[in-house]
Amino acid sequence: MSDFKEIISKICSSATFSEGDTLLVTVPEKDWFPLAKALKENKDLDFDVLSAVVGMDWKDELGVIYYLTSTSHDWAVISVKVAVADRKEPMIHSVSSLWKVANFQEREVYDFYGIKFINHPDMRRFFLRNDWKGYPLRKDYDANPDLNPIPLDDEKNEDDTVSYVEDAKGKVKAVPGKVFGEDDYVVNIGPQHPSTHGVMRFRASVDGETVRKVDVVSGYIHRGIEKLSEGLTYPQILHFTDRMDYMSAHQNRHCLCMCIEKALGLEVPRRAQVIRVMMDELMRISSHLLSFGCTAMDLGATTAFFYGFREREMVLDIFEKTCGARMSMNYNVIGGVIADLHPDFRKDVHHLLEVMPKALKEYHTVFSGNIIAMNRLKKVGYLSKEDAVNYDITGPSGRGSNWSCDCRKKHPYAVYSELDFDEVLLDGCDSYSRYMVRMREIEQSCRILAQLVDNIPEGDIRAQVPKIIKLPAGRWYQQVEASRGTFGVYIESDGQKNPYRVHFQSPCFNLVGVMDLTCSGYMIADLITIGAALDFVIPDIDR
Amino acid sequence: MDVKIKSMKHEDFKHNEYIDKLVEELNATGANVVVGNFDKLINWGISNSLWPLCFGTSCCAIEFMSLGAARYDMARFGFEVARNSPRQADYIMVQGTIVHRMAPVLRRLYEQLAEPKYVIACGGCAVSGGPFKNSYCVVPGVEKILPVDVFIPGCPPRPEAMFYGLMQLQRKIKVQKFFGGVNRKEKIDEFFAKHPSEKGQIG
Repeated sequence: MSDFKEIISKICSSATFSEGDTLLVTVPEKDWFPLAKALKENKDLDFDVLSAVVGMDWKDELGVIYYLTSTSHDWAVISVKVAVADRKEPMIHSVSSLWKVANFQEREVYDFYGIKFINHPDMRRFFLRNDWKGYPLRKDYDANPDLNPIPLDDEKNEDDTVSYVEDAKGKVKAVPGKVFGEDDYVVNIGPQHPSTHGVMRFRASVDGETVRKVDVVSGYIHRGIEKLSEGLTYPQILHFTDRMDYMSAHQNRHCLCMCIEKALGLEVPRRAQVIRVMMDELMRISSHLLSFGCTAMDLGATTAFFYGFREREMVLDIFEKTCGARMSMNYNVIGGVIADLHPDFRKDVHHLLEVMPKALKEYHTVFSGNIIAMNRLKKVGYLSKEDAVNYDITGPSGRGSNWSCDCRKKHPYAVYSELDFDEVLLDGCDSYSRYMVRMREIEQSCRILAQLVDNIPEGDIRAQVPKIIKLPAGRWYQQVEASRGTFGVYIESDGQKNPYRVHFQSPCFNLVGVMDLTCSGYMIADLITIGAALDFVIPDIDR
Repeated sequence: MDVKIKSMKHEDFKHNEYIDKLVEELNATGANVVVGNFDKLINWGISNSLWPLCFGTSCCAIEFMSLGAARYDMARFGFEVARNSPRQADYIMVQGTIVHRMAPVLRRLYEQLAEPKYVIACGGCAVSGGPFKNSYCVVPGVEKILPVDVFIPGCPPRPEAMFYGLMQLQRKIKVQKFFGGVNRKEKIDEFFAKHPSEKGQIG
């Protein structure tokens, strides 16, 4: 860590440092882009992954905190803070030319805080309608519903975009542009479409049947969770995580709880840790089964969908007995879990472990080896390893491009470091590899469950926590491996009982960022299967 | 009047006051024997082949998928033909939060449904905005933009709860009238007169 400090201060003399759970580098805006370039390209730093982009409003200044990860330096994480005092026309240099993942991330920051990114190719709003008044996550946002009433008319000017280009003298000029060219034939897909797995909207320009470009229009389920969280206490914000990626409910909530526990310096009892890990893995199995069913159904194989749901119901029964709900379980709490395991839990897990291998064999017989499935999935939706890293595509989709990115291995948490399991890696870089990684991950999850089911230690299920939870002033970032990739939680506290800022870095947000890249050059029908194999959950993107 | 669905008797349902009141209201002017029997025939047909429009925005949609899978099997009640086009569907089951950007889309989908059409608000978010009620861009209940026939609370509702709600819709359909008497269509027009869009013309 201190090495990074030295190298960075050599490159950028104006940088200041402060320690926290990660090293925080503060740079003035004018030095940010050269530093970013060095962080990415200097071999001693080599921060090749942009893990999170968090927009911030510190009242006297607006800014962004970037979380960077270096895969070659043992997945070391640093954060960089860039702030500007101008509230009228805040501008920060874009890093989307270095890390492609920043393209959508910066659009999100623009949407929430109105920070314009210089040299960003496409500075449109991301979640909110383009006629929205104000920037909702600013602390001085006027929430008067009369300003933004429920609209019942269609959106206008969807094709217009703007780019803030800096010339050689350092003068910034707004350059209007168009998303699609004059001659492009644009096909609209969504937001109400059965195969977009929720309310996602794509606008694809096609040449015959070949896709040229995909424009992602998101925000059809943007619920403003981050803003809502700022007005609630820490225990009250927990339930939002279950409703973002509802197929990673346990993992997401685990992440938020761990982030708060880290800030409080709370030790979680071992029994709770083991229960949490088991629930995470059960959730992963249920998620991948759903993904199998949906991928199959998108290809027209309705029967396979029933197979996937048959086993998924078994997992849901286990959840229901212990947590009291089939979905939105609300099981993890700060310091542990809310209720002890149901007496049938071990028996049910053993039964599931018996059934799963046979079921997987059956899936492979009916679907994985099917000639139609292979033709539709193999050599479709190519995503190279370099692109996966640059777009921060984690989870099964990243591992299908042979990128070893499993957070359970890179930043082990809970009891994962003691467990014996493999990180599934395939080098096909196509939809079929992504699909296969999921199926193989079910086997690995079963392996983890088998190791733990008979070794659940006795003891407390949660630690003693104060009645009113107040975090000390500071900032924390925590990552877990959710079903679809690395999920991150950023909390900034000013010592009050509600957070100053909460940011959820969802894996699906990055997944939808590669739709343009993976679909271009393939048939319009492949857009559906590529989306199915990437397996994004829309409320996780929109939050 | 008994309104029963398959083997479910009148007493098996809770909240019967509503349906009793509805029947009373509809029969206030008396029912014509010939026309009344036509009504019964039509309603028998509609209520046993209710085709939903696939419209899931979030968590509830996954539970709705469970409803379609083998364990709960909504085909038993005639709901299984989930349509992707509003032109072919009978009702829209709003599963999940409706946000500002989605509101005009949902309204348009409703307009595209062919008469007779129904709306079910499924889950806390569709009923009232749920946990996101206070958000800057969430519609606090689809009732604000659509005339809702049945509310199903829950976050998400269990598949059994969804069945209960769907059966309540079936009962409502069984007592409705197309010929003479109080017409549903008039009530819908009344709703839209109170909730105009900017262009003014709806439906």
